[in-house]
Amino acid sequence: MRPIDWFTQALAVAVALAAAPLFLGWVNQCRAWLQNRRAASLWQPYLGLRKLLHKDPVIAREASPLFRAAPYVVFAAMLAAAAVIPSMGTRLPMGAAADAIVLVGLFATARVFLALAAMDVGTPFGTLGARREMMVGFLAEPALLMVVFVASLISATTALPVISEHLALRPLELSPSLAFTGVAFTMVLLAENARIPIDNPATHLELTMIHEAMVLEYSGRHLALMEFAASLKLLNYACIGFALFLPWGSATGRSGPLALALALPALGAKLALAGAALATIETVSAKLRVFRAPEFLATAFLLAVLGMLVHLLLGD
Amino acid sequence: MTLALWLLLGSPVVGAATFAMLGARPRAAELNVAFSLVTFAAAAALSVRVATRGAMSAGGEQFFVDPLNVFLVTLTAFVALTTSLFSRPYMRIETADRRMTPGRLRLYHCMYQLFIATMLLALTTNNLGLMWVAMEAATLSTVLLVALYRTPASLAAGWKYFVLCGVGIAQALFGTVLLYIAAERALGASGASALLWTHLDAVKSQLEPRVLSIAFVFLLVGYGTKVGLVPLHNWLADAHAEGPTPISAVLSGLLLNVAIYAVMRCKVLAEGALHSAWPSAMLMGFGLLTVVVASFSLWRQQDIKRLFAYSSIEHMGVISFAFGMGGPVANFAGLLHMTVHSLTKSAIFFAAGHAAQKSGSQLMDRIRGLVTISPSVGWGLMIGALAILGVPPFGVFASEFLILTTAMRTEPWATPILLISFAVAFAAILQRVQPMVFGETRLRRLPHSPALLPVFTHLLIVLMLGLFIPPFLADWYRAAAQLLGGG
Amino acid sequence: MIPPLVMQLLDSLAALLLLLSFAMLAQRRIVTLVDLFALQGAVLCAATLLLAWRTGEVNLYLSAALTLSVKVIALPRLLHAMIRRLGVYWDTDPLLNISGTMLVGVPIVVFAFGLAQPISALASTATRSAIGIAIAVILLAFLTMITRRKAMSQVIGFLSMENGLFFGAMCASYGMPMIVELGVALDVLVAMLVLGVFFFQIREQFDSLDLDRLESRREAP
Repeated sequence: MRPIDWFTQALAVAVALAAAPLFLGWVNQCRAWLQNRRAASLWQPYLGLRKLLHKDPVIAREASPLFRAAPYVVFAAMLAAAAVIPSMGTRLPMGAAADAIVLVGLFATARVFLALAAMDVGTPFGTLGARREMMVGFLAEPALLMVVFVASLISATTALPVISEHLALRPLELSPSLAFTGVAFTMVLLAENARIPIDNPATHLELTMIHEAMVLEYSGRHLALMEFAASLKLLNYACIGFALFLPWGSATGRSGPLALALALPALGAKLALAGAALATIETVSAKLRVFRAPEFLATAFLLAVLGMLVHLLLGD
Repeated sequence: MTLALWLLLGSPVVGAATFAMLGARPRAAELNVAFSLVTFAAAAALSVRVATRGAMSAGGEQFFVDPLNVFLVTLTAFVALTTSLFSRPYMRIETADRRMTPGRLRLYHCMYQLFIATMLLALTTNNLGLMWVAMEAATLSTVLLVALYRTPASLAAGWKYFVLCGVGIAQALFGTVLLYIAAERALGASGASALLWTHLDAVKSQLEPRVLSIAFVFLLVGYGTKVGLVPLHNWLADAHAEGPTPISAVLSGLLLNVAIYAVMRCKVLAEGALHSAWPSAMLMGFGLLTVVVASFSLWRQQDIKRLFAYSSIEHMGVISFAFGMGGPVANFAGLLHMTVHSLTKSAIFFAAGHAAQKSGSQLMDRIRGLVTISPSVGWGLMIGALAILGVPPFGVFASEFLILTTAMRTEPWATPILLISFAVAFAAILQRVQPMVFGETRLRRLPHSPALLPVFTHLLIVLMLGLFIPPFLADWYRAAAQLLGGG
Repeated sequence: MIPPLVMQLLDSLAALLLLLSFAMLAQRRIVTLVDLFALQGAVLCAATLLLAWRTGEVNLYLSAALTLSVKVIALPRLLHAMIRRLGVYWDTDPLLNISGTMLVGVPIVVFAFGLAQPISALASTATRSAIGIAIAVILLAFLTMITRRKAMSQVIGFLSMENGLFFGAMCASYGMPMIVELGVALDVLVAMLVLGVFFFQIREQFDSLDLDRLESRREAP
């Protein structure tokens, strides 16, 4: 490993930590503009985090140690995922050890702890949110795996950095299978990050919420970590999407500091676009009833499977 | 002599156009007979030509006539003629009973001629694609006839008929596409000539076997739906029971034959390409299954036309089994069975139609004592039933006997299955027909005089074929049997 | 030889056909089902045109014109008119729920690909890899037919099957002989007209196009 690779690795983690709340702020801003509202500042998520960090956490009497530990575990899982995803350069020292399936596993770990913590205190909302979260996760995970598999089939590996490099370096072509899986991935992203057709991040209406219901009992620094983890998760998903479907612009192969210097603005541009697109999707679509969520995710899974079948058949 | 061919195909088309334009006229039924007569004359002329000078083709090879199809053409034209003779008085009674209106009569005559035209086209075309088009058109022209009375049951039957045959025929189209792909490869030519059966037959041993095997499965399923092979037979009984009787007679007597003909044409190609007998084995298997299922289903029937529709399914199974065995004797027997079955079954439907009219119901429990009400209908039904059950001197006995003896020699395992099914069918039909003909009745003789000339003409020919097959007919069967190959 | 970009376009159109088949499988609104069918016809027409342009086969131009006039314009119009006059807008509760149908659809596509192997091995056309998609479209249309209750959606399934057949013929051998294609198109058109008449008769009798009701009436004495 060259020193620059370690530098890329450190930079990726640092950028992820810095950019995650900013990305969330950007999405919220776009959404506000699209809905003809006056937007909050781009730095609003940071301010929110700072405020929460200054508060003392209040913990229910019945809470077990798991409840306290969960925010740290969830946050750590998301940070580890951020280290593995090739957001700017594909030569990541840690990326070699962890491939796409490990990535899905990290997300699953975070989800399990989140759900356990939500049920820990025993309030009805926490349990309800956890149940729904597990249902969504149970349906979204196979779809996500299938998306990754299609990309793996194309590049004959499950290591995300290698997949990304392969896709970036091959000649540009129209690929129906990648188009299908791209749509499937977007649907999984929406579902996993509690975005609009499945969940509404801005609501506290009891009957419809999923993610918010789970973190209802948290306060202070615990809540700050949970929210930070959520924004990291969104960023992670966006970066996985870039690695698979928009791999151009990131530093590939044995390229030097110049490519890395170019990769940073490229990532910024991609994030800006993705945030605007996400806000648009959320604005134009209506939230589905919880009972329709399986159908939504089944469609995502189907699209991913179709992508795979089309790839196998047409051999593109 | 191509004139005869054009006349054969043109007469029913012109007939259909005439009825469509003229509408319901008092003499429409006579006109229907006249068109059918012209068709039959053309068919007869064509068969004489083929018998004396062998196979011929016309229209840039798009049409061709050989002993196999000219025999079916003649049979089709003949039964179409006698059915038109039967339908004249039958429809008069239906009109008197207010079941037919002038509008429906117009549709009936028009579609009747169109149906005959499509069947003749399917038989005489050399292009397997056109054959498909004609088979689909045959379905379409009869859908509205099956639902002619517009009762809920008849509409349901028509819908079932359309959907099942439509799906089936779509499978056949796929099979045809596959055949075309294989043909393009073997013939090295594309375009219209690649689906000509005579060309394909010449190069059949070079057709890609795997593609042909898939194609044959699709074609067998597709056209087999029309033949009424189990498990694709569901539409048949409903369509026969709910349509007007002349349509039941031509569906059973003619359309099923044409469908079998289509299957056989494809089987010849598939077997030539595969160098193995599994297409025959499949045909045999489906045939045997059909015989067994149909003969046991006979016991459950309440409706006289459904009863004989199931009997048709059974006989189609017998014919498929015979052609599946292949070889000169079994093919001969299969062809003979096609002939006698279509003659006998249409005769039975004629008699059954009159019987139902006289008792005002198609339910067998309500039909009683036909001999008292109308001796000729009663005896016609009784003799017809005996003939179709294979009672000796009739032709069905001869063909079934030949099929059974061949089966004993080449496929001994199938013989007991066939024998048991025949026995079951015999008991089922006879126990139903006997009270209908000889039972007690309170009905009086009705004023309408039945049209029984066609019934007895058919039965007489069947009787004759059982006692003595004229040498020219035997030669003809032999030539056709040779074309079918196998064995 | 067909340049790679055109090949990729053709492949994408094929994939789109498959996607539309699944969309039809899932669609409950009959009006939308007709639109999807028209869209499928349009994609088929575009693929045919593209292939005609690259291969220079006159037959394919005619076939594309046939597809456009019959399947994109005439039939959807006819179907829309029928839907309006008959008032059938929804085909709720299919025999199998939507997700279940989709899950059955996936193995069907796999089966279709398996079936296509020997055929594509034989075909000499550049588009032979899409034969599997054509077979999948046919089988999925068949699935649409058998899982629906309304006569109207079954008919649309039937027509979609025809689309798959045409696409298959196009991929495998640049289209069937013209005379056959004309005959098939004519048959389909006549079938729709016959069905139009038929639907109104059913409607008169049952006040509904629900096939279950048709069946139950038949069984009642």
